[in-house]
Amino acid sequence: MNTGVAITGMGILSPIGNTVAENLQALQNAQSSIATIEMIQTRHKEAIKVGEIKKTNQELATTLGLSDTHRFSRTAMLGAIAAKEALQEANITDIDRYKTGFISGTSVGGMDTTEQYYLRFKEEPNYRRFIQAQHAGFTTQTIAHHLGINGYVSTISTACSSAANAIMLGARMIRAGQLDRVVVGGTDALSKFTINGFNSLMILSDEVCTPFDHHRKGLNLGEAAAYLVLESDAMLQKTEKKVLGTVVGWANANDAFHQTASSANGEGAYLAMEQALAIAKLEPNAIDYINAHGTATPNNDLSEGRAMLRIFGQDSVPMFSSTKAYTGHTLAAAGAVEAVYSLLSLREQLIFPNLHFSTPMEEFSLIPQQTIQHRALQTVLSNSFGFGGNCSTLIFTN
Amino acid sequence: MRNCYINGIATLSAQPTTDPDHFLEEIIEHTTPIFKAYDPDYKSYIKPAAMRRMSKAVKMGVTTAKMALEMASLDMPDAIITGTGMGCKQDSEKFLEKILNDDEQFLTPTLFIQSTHNTVGGQIALTLGCKGYNVTYVQEAVSFEVAVMDAQLMLSETPEKQILVGGIDEIPKNSTLLHQLDGQLKTEEHINVVQLLDSTTQGTVASEGATCIVLSAEKTPNSIASIKAVEIISSASSSTIQEKINAFLIAEGMTPSDIDAVILGNNGDSNYDYYYHDIQQALFQHTEQLCYKHLTGDYLVASSVGFWLSSKILQKQQVPPVTKVNAVTASQYKNILLYNQYQGKNHSIVLMQHVHA
Repeated sequence: MNTGVAITGMGILSPIGNTVAENLQALQNAQSSIATIEMIQTRHKEAIKVGEIKKTNQELATTLGLSDTHRFSRTAMLGAIAAKEALQEANITDIDRYKTGFISGTSVGGMDTTEQYYLRFKEEPNYRRFIQAQHAGFTTQTIAHHLGINGYVSTISTACSSAANAIMLGARMIRAGQLDRVVVGGTDALSKFTINGFNSLMILSDEVCTPFDHHRKGLNLGEAAAYLVLESDAMLQKTEKKVLGTVVGWANANDAFHQTASSANGEGAYLAMEQALAIAKLEPNAIDYINAHGTATPNNDLSEGRAMLRIFGQDSVPMFSSTKAYTGHTLAAAGAVEAVYSLLSLREQLIFPNLHFSTPMEEFSLIPQQTIQHRALQTVLSNSFGFGGNCSTLIFTN
Repeated sequence: MRNCYINGIATLSAQPTTDPDHFLEEIIEHTTPIFKAYDPDYKSYIKPAAMRRMSKAVKMGVTTAKMALEMASLDMPDAIITGTGMGCKQDSEKFLEKILNDDEQFLTPTLFIQSTHNTVGGQIALTLGCKGYNVTYVQEAVSFEVAVMDAQLMLSETPEKQILVGGIDEIPKNSTLLHQLDGQLKTEEHINVVQLLDSTTQGTVASEGATCIVLSAEKTPNSIASIKAVEIISSASSSTIQEKINAFLIAEGMTPSDIDAVILGNNGDSNYDYYYHDIQQALFQHTEQLCYKHLTGDYLVASSVGFWLSSKILQKQQVPPVTKVNAVTASQYKNILLYNQYQGKNHSIVLMQHVHA
């Protein structure tokens, strides 16, 4: 097996909890956050269900100790809070002492702020500090600056696979010796833009989503931020740190089928899983559990299921579940949210259930785990797929 | 870091740079603070049916991708890595305006589907049928450079690969006008852009464009230049940048005197051009200095024009006079250093080298 890259910290702010500990508790208690939207005024209020972080922007700004003239969008504030928890767990206070990078995935960037002020920038000079804040790269840089990271800072925006690709890039840069340590993950706030976008695609469910269920009606949007700290072996030797887990496999492939839809045989997903196993130097039967992308759209779950059958074989698909019914689909953050959940699965030796499943799909006999399982877990595979045919897979071990 | 050979490069900008025979001999003189790219004949590269659905960014990206692949005699790259500062901002802006103006009604998915930052990378993959690695970077003024850095890393991991790297940004009408409100762009109605570098007012001028390059770890008969090293710095003072450039050169076994020409991103913004002026005086006073944003305008992947300019100079061993900003002329062009920043952030330092035939 590939020796991989060590993970020494993780942080998360999601609809089911403000910290890693709170997220674990909600996962153990099968506690979903999906409900009617409260924080954003939208005419689709009654037609959709979402996963919201029940904190106002003012509350988030206070948590971070920001001044009244700050330039943080909601996406940036969520990201800064989660990244700080990750650094704290990794016990990093002297950020400048070693070569430290920041790689963040986001799809909306500062859109949440832009859509509030866009029509008022002309009249209100006060809001103009947010004109640049609409850019995804600006969001990342705002977080990096808050953390004191000034060297390698970049943003990946591959829709719903963004954070998975950020983790992958961080692992590659550490392995190549380009960085001593790196904070990797993603952040996306809920916005009218994404609500209306996914609504126009008619893939939002008016109920709590039911991944891999025959009667699944679509996805619930969510918002979240999550980050991991990756460190080089040399850093570990210097600091004698507790290692939470290791990322041993990673891959990114393109479905090259359609701008938004996945191919019927899950080609991109298949290639991503196949190549991640090859990087990890693992056989498919080494995977103990899959944290699936499982958005609960008719298209994704069929495509992903078929890809899993192709990789693992008709009767050998490992235990799997989607955690989207807890948090909603947190878009660019999803890969990092589910990386944190995968690491919690490894640490606690738990498989978190796929909520609200009742009827197997007609196309195949795959059935996700529906109750919490205590299992001896060594290796967890996590999938993240996005628009543009972007498919990514990460493999973690403890 | 492993050498990275450029085997094909195509740049679409506000000058006719897509014409392989053109090397800034004749210049289009722009006269407004916001000006569009010079359109090549897109129809030669994209079928009309497909083109109807494509936004400007996608058209520019797919066209330059095909041009660069053709130059490199490559049908299918192993990876597609794109960089964009604003993504498909025209469609994104239209979708946002519909949400706000029509109270979230009458929306169709097309604009949303095409609004994501990775639309161009996805469309290039779809057009080529490329199932390989595909990532889009969105990091302001270093969006193109971080894409190049990923390619460089990939070539050190898997030297047999050939990688397509692109940088694309289009002008979204209203969002660009907003950049005149927050001081990013000049507000004069008429401006002689060719004189941009002497400007004493704040802000710059905006345009759009795309650059695609094909990279490999091994030299091929098509190799025209190589990228030796790339470094980005998220945020730094001018004096720190000077230290970083010195350290960057030392790491390559060089001093400023080893650099034959330096290509700089001066954009006429009186608030921030001192980053360039300081190194022009402190480090490269006796080095040939070249600029291009008075020809192409500035946008978040405008620095990719510097890669094009550098590649052409290294290949042709000649410099377009219109790019010269000091009296020094090098006797030959072996090592070219590129430096760019935007508003004191997202700095990039790049070393490019001549390829021996």
